[in-house]
Amino acid sequence: MKNVKALIITGFGINCEEEMAAAYKLAGAETKIVHLNDIFSEKISIHDYDIMNFPGGFSFGDDLGSGKVLSNKMKFKKMKSGKLFFEDIKDFLDEEKFVFGVCNGFQFLVKMGLLPNLNSDFEQEITLTGNNSAKYEDRWVHCKVNENSKTPFLKRIDKLFVPVRHGEGKLIIKNEQIRNKIVEKNLNCLTYCDEFGKETSEYPLNPNGADLNCAALTDETGRVFGLMPHPEAFLSLYNHPNWSQLKRQNPDIYEDGEGLQIFRNIVEFIHRKNVKSTKKK
Amino acid sequence: MKNQIQITLKDKIRDVFGEKIEQNAQKFLNLNTGKVKTSKIYNVTYSLDSNSIEKFAKLGLCDEITQDYYLNQFYKNSIYKSFILVAKMPGVTDDEGISAQKTLADILELDLDVNTQHIYSEELFLIENELSAEDLKNIAENLLGNKLIQHFEYGKFTGKIDYIPEVHISSNIRTEIVDLNISDADLIDISCNKVLSLNLEEMKEIRKFFNDEKTIKLRKEKKLPEDPTDCELEIIAQTWSEHCKHKEFDAIIDYENLETGEKKQIDSLFKTYIKASTNIIRERLEKVGNNWLLKIFNDNAGVVKIDDKSVFIWKVETHNSPSAIDPYGGAITGILGNNRDPMATGVGGGKLLFNTNVLCFGPPNYDKPLIAGQLHPRRIFEGVRHGIEDGGNKSGIPTVNGSIIFDERYSGKPLVYCGTGGIMPMDYNGKPSWDKPIDSGDLIIMAGGRVGKDGIHGATFSSTELDEHSPQSAVQIGSPITQKLLSDFMTEAALKGLIKCSTDNGAGGLSSSVGELALISNGAEIYLEKVPLKYANLQPWEIFISESQERMSLVIEPEKLAELYDLAEAREVELSNIGKFTDSGYLEVRFQNEIISYLDLDFLHNGVPRKHLSAEWKKPNLVEPNIPQNLDYNDILLKLMGSYNICSRENVIRQYDHEVKGKTIIKPLMGKDGKTPQDAAVMRLDFESFAGLAISNGICPKYGDIDAYEMSAGAFDEGIRQIISVGGKLPEINDRSNRFWTVNDNFCVPDSAFDPVNNLDGKQKLAKLVQMNEALYDMSTFFNIPMTSGKDSMKNDFKAGNVKISVPPTILYSMVAKVDDVRKTVTSNFKAEGDFIYILGKTYDELGGSEFYKLFDELGVISPKVRKINAKRLYEKVTKANEQNLIESCHDLSDGGMAIAISESAIGTEFGVELIISNFEELSLNAILFSESHSRFVISINPKNKLIFEELLGQDCLLIGEVTSEKKVKIALKDKIVVDVEIDELQNAWDKGLGN
Repeated sequence: MKNVKALIITGFGINCEEEMAAAYKLAGAETKIVHLNDIFSEKISIHDYDIMNFPGGFSFGDDLGSGKVLSNKMKFKKMKSGKLFFEDIKDFLDEEKFVFGVCNGFQFLVKMGLLPNLNSDFEQEITLTGNNSAKYEDRWVHCKVNENSKTPFLKRIDKLFVPVRHGEGKLIIKNEQIRNKIVEKNLNCLTYCDEFGKETSEYPLNPNGADLNCAALTDETGRVFGLMPHPEAFLSLYNHPNWSQLKRQNPDIYEDGEGLQIFRNIVEFIHRKNVKSTKKK
Repeated sequence: MKNQIQITLKDKIRDVFGEKIEQNAQKFLNLNTGKVKTSKIYNVTYSLDSNSIEKFAKLGLCDEITQDYYLNQFYKNSIYKSFILVAKMPGVTDDEGISAQKTLADILELDLDVNTQHIYSEELFLIENELSAEDLKNIAENLLGNKLIQHFEYGKFTGKIDYIPEVHISSNIRTEIVDLNISDADLIDISCNKVLSLNLEEMKEIRKFFNDEKTIKLRKEKKLPEDPTDCELEIIAQTWSEHCKHKEFDAIIDYENLETGEKKQIDSLFKTYIKASTNIIRERLEKVGNNWLLKIFNDNAGVVKIDDKSVFIWKVETHNSPSAIDPYGGAITGILGNNRDPMATGVGGGKLLFNTNVLCFGPPNYDKPLIAGQLHPRRIFEGVRHGIEDGGNKSGIPTVNGSIIFDERYSGKPLVYCGTGGIMPMDYNGKPSWDKPIDSGDLIIMAGGRVGKDGIHGATFSSTELDEHSPQSAVQIGSPITQKLLSDFMTEAALKGLIKCSTDNGAGGLSSSVGELALISNGAEIYLEKVPLKYANLQPWEIFISESQERMSLVIEPEKLAELYDLAEAREVELSNIGKFTDSGYLEVRFQNEIISYLDLDFLHNGVPRKHLSAEWKKPNLVEPNIPQNLDYNDILLKLMGSYNICSRENVIRQYDHEVKGKTIIKPLMGKDGKTPQDAAVMRLDFESFAGLAISNGICPKYGDIDAYEMSAGAFDEGIRQIISVGGKLPEINDRSNRFWTVNDNFCVPDSAFDPVNNLDGKQKLAKLVQMNEALYDMSTFFNIPMTSGKDSMKNDFKAGNVKISVPPTILYSMVAKVDDVRKTVTSNFKAEGDFIYILGKTYDELGGSEFYKLFDELGVISPKVRKINAKRLYEKVTKANEQNLIESCHDLSDGGMAIAISESAIGTEFGVELIISNFEELSLNAILFSESHSRFVISINPKNKLIFEELLGQDCLLIGEVTSEKKVKIALKDKIVVDVEIDELQNAWDKGLGN
């Protein structure tokens, strides 16, 4: 799958770029970690890549609200040629390419209007804000996949056990109409649940009080995907908080982490798509 | 011109932070605020037209889904009767304001000066109930902020806020000449008034230097005044400070043991014990051609070899004094400052892998009247916790383990130990990364934050006792985002070979960083007018010793300068070219072409007179307590589980990101429910292999009240046994796989210099310090586990009037050991029903200093003693057992002894335990259950491995019971049940111990 090229954005306080790159490498893609300013200065073009990734972190220290300053930078900053970077992202999406955001990265996508983007007008429709617990927390949560979701990222996954590590992950939707559309179109692709897969709003199973108990969103194409939990933090069995007991129970247990499947899915999907389009040509 | 923007939550949106303030006001201050509405105010002093400011407010500051903005007016609602404004004092870090400036420049496409403050952020709280000015002040000062760094307004809200913390300093810049040919009393006055923290002998030594004929002649040639300048005095004071020169650890000590009559003279604790022990180990290693100890004691952090491609760098520091007066600022500055040490070791640019934190506080329920300037331990706890949270999380460095200890004697000064480990490639473009070469002609480039008045006299301040007049400039707030940009930049620049070497600007600022680097090339020249400032009109000496944070001094070859500047511009890091290294033998400081300091480097670094101290040891007069008979052991166990030193730290741990970077394998809490506490942290080094590190902390100050030597030895043992517990292996001199162990020793002691008026028991305290060092030497050389870096903090006393609160002598051994395969490490939680439980290592009647005695307010006489030979034998056997995968769970025994260890291994699992105690014949039940004897573990094994395990462990293991499916702790003494309590009950007590 060497023909899949994953671009991983960094800079300004993003701090999960290395494990994100490791995830793509393990999934068989070619990866490059690039400072956002090197894209603005056009040293790097996003169009040379199949998927653009926004990792987690504390961009601008979460000042003015998580993801706020960096998403505005991406919305308003002009590249060296004078083109708005945001227009470049839109072109990238028009090429039917993929965008993925985790945690802080999800916060950018939401605040830039890339998710859920119901009207294709890139206006902000939801936000991610302070947890009901009024604190940052690192804890592992169970999530279940919306079986009607079409996004390739979540294929063949029903449930995920992954850590959340945020202070501002509570999803709030602008109005009832948008809320209904999200549900109707199955854009709420991942839901906080208990260990048996039952959706719940109960803290700490739902760690932040998100509306719809929603942990992740896609746009209608399924090509833009963002989530609060960190799949790139569970690449190996040994990231699991109870790996040692799992191994006792099953000495032959698979040594990959559940989070890796998301990266495998998307890399494989892009690979197939690229093969097809090469054939067409 | 000024525009004011207020951002509030829409009324329909739940204000979770307001709710928290309401709850905390009730809980901690017994005040009923009613509803609290939070909001932010941004005072914008850039000149902007009304369209621009509106666009900025709407797009840049406001989140339209949940918030409203008000431009030059305020949200009004008559239900709120009171308000509190929390603003920063002039010059206090305002990251939020700076970020607002940057986003303003982005959104409006303006080319603005974003490096100095033009947007000032403030917090406005609207409060439903009409509270008195006194109550509002109470909330402001005790819940919302710290009066040392914040400005408060409160009362009935009039709809007007005028306060903007702009910095104004009158422009009278001059360099003062200080005449030292004055009386002794006047010399002391100068030292006090200028906060130099120099004693009379040191002041006289300086006078002697300036009165020396050679000095006079040279200064004449250079057209300098005969007397020193203020800048020169400040540089000497900073360089000679206890913080920088460790004068007490370097002192000559006359030690007398009054018990045995033994007398000896110790020529420097540091050289005699710490350095000597590491040198012995190094010699042993080198003799067999093992050279993993790459760098010890002579850089910002120690360096050891991981393999041919990379090195491990690590440092643990303390930040106690600042954390006492501003817990949040003290802790965040502490952790960020400590991060800069491994970042700037050798060439620099290392990637930081983890943080650790060990904290000592007064008890949260402290109920003595607070003395002037003293903050309540609960506030210190919360502030420090928050500082560590922001310092670690916002930098993307996982906080992988730590410890919190409560003792009333930490109520004045808390101890805040910050540790950081990092990795550098073995070389950058063929040059060793851990080397620090500097040649005459190399440039001095300052990188990162700007310079303000913050932290002036930090180095000298930390060397004094705290009192109610402690200077406000000692308080600083770190900026993790500034440092993150700087650290990313340095990593990139180092990999490109642009940095020759580097050091950080911490205590003592440029004076310290340049002054120390200058020793390598033997001279430096600095031009202070080139140092970028946060605001105008700092005195030249202030610029030189300011401790403004997030700055590095880089050593750059002239031909690399252009490329370095290009990269810095692309990464938005400010650089300034402030001077060059020379080989003149002098530290020359200029301000606008005038020489304001010209100091002989040899005098500066070696001229400080050595201290001469006395130590006297007399055994404390203690008695063994009478503990009541017929105790209810269920009740005792529940009380212990809920006691401050044992109970759950989950609320703290969860607020630290302990797994960013994806490499944390054993986290602080593990098991089915993610609740079982672990011994050492384990991390893998990269994603390609399973080689890793185990990270532990050994600290047990409580035993020092009985025996300081055994306390220090015990702490060392604790550090080792935690690593053995998770599957580590003791070092072997002949092992050629670079399987290193590295220790940072951190001594925090009360003032131990005898004074007939102020410090009557100084000799006794110093004797304890000597004994702690003897134990360090004995343990280190016995186990071949070397110190690679460390720190001492000598004046941990908090004074007001005639009250003094002094910490108990405390030593922390922070250890890291390389682990071959993280997949083979062992966690503490029980794994399966029916597994056999053993206690490994012998239990002694050593209840002195135990948590069990503490329940009865008793100390006791016999505290745990380390039996090195037995310990080593056991540790080697445990390793062998692990090599055969025999051990399913392992937990080391410490606070609370065996009963607590088995309870902790059951917490958060689906299991209970059933123990039958019969083979401890000579011991009391109290000792069996609660003795804290060192070098012991509670482990479980799969029953099928019983024979092979027992054969391997021999007399070092004792079968005591098994893991059950019934979620209970059941302990029987022969046939009598002494403990029978539900795990849920134990867990409940454990969870609620800290009142969360």
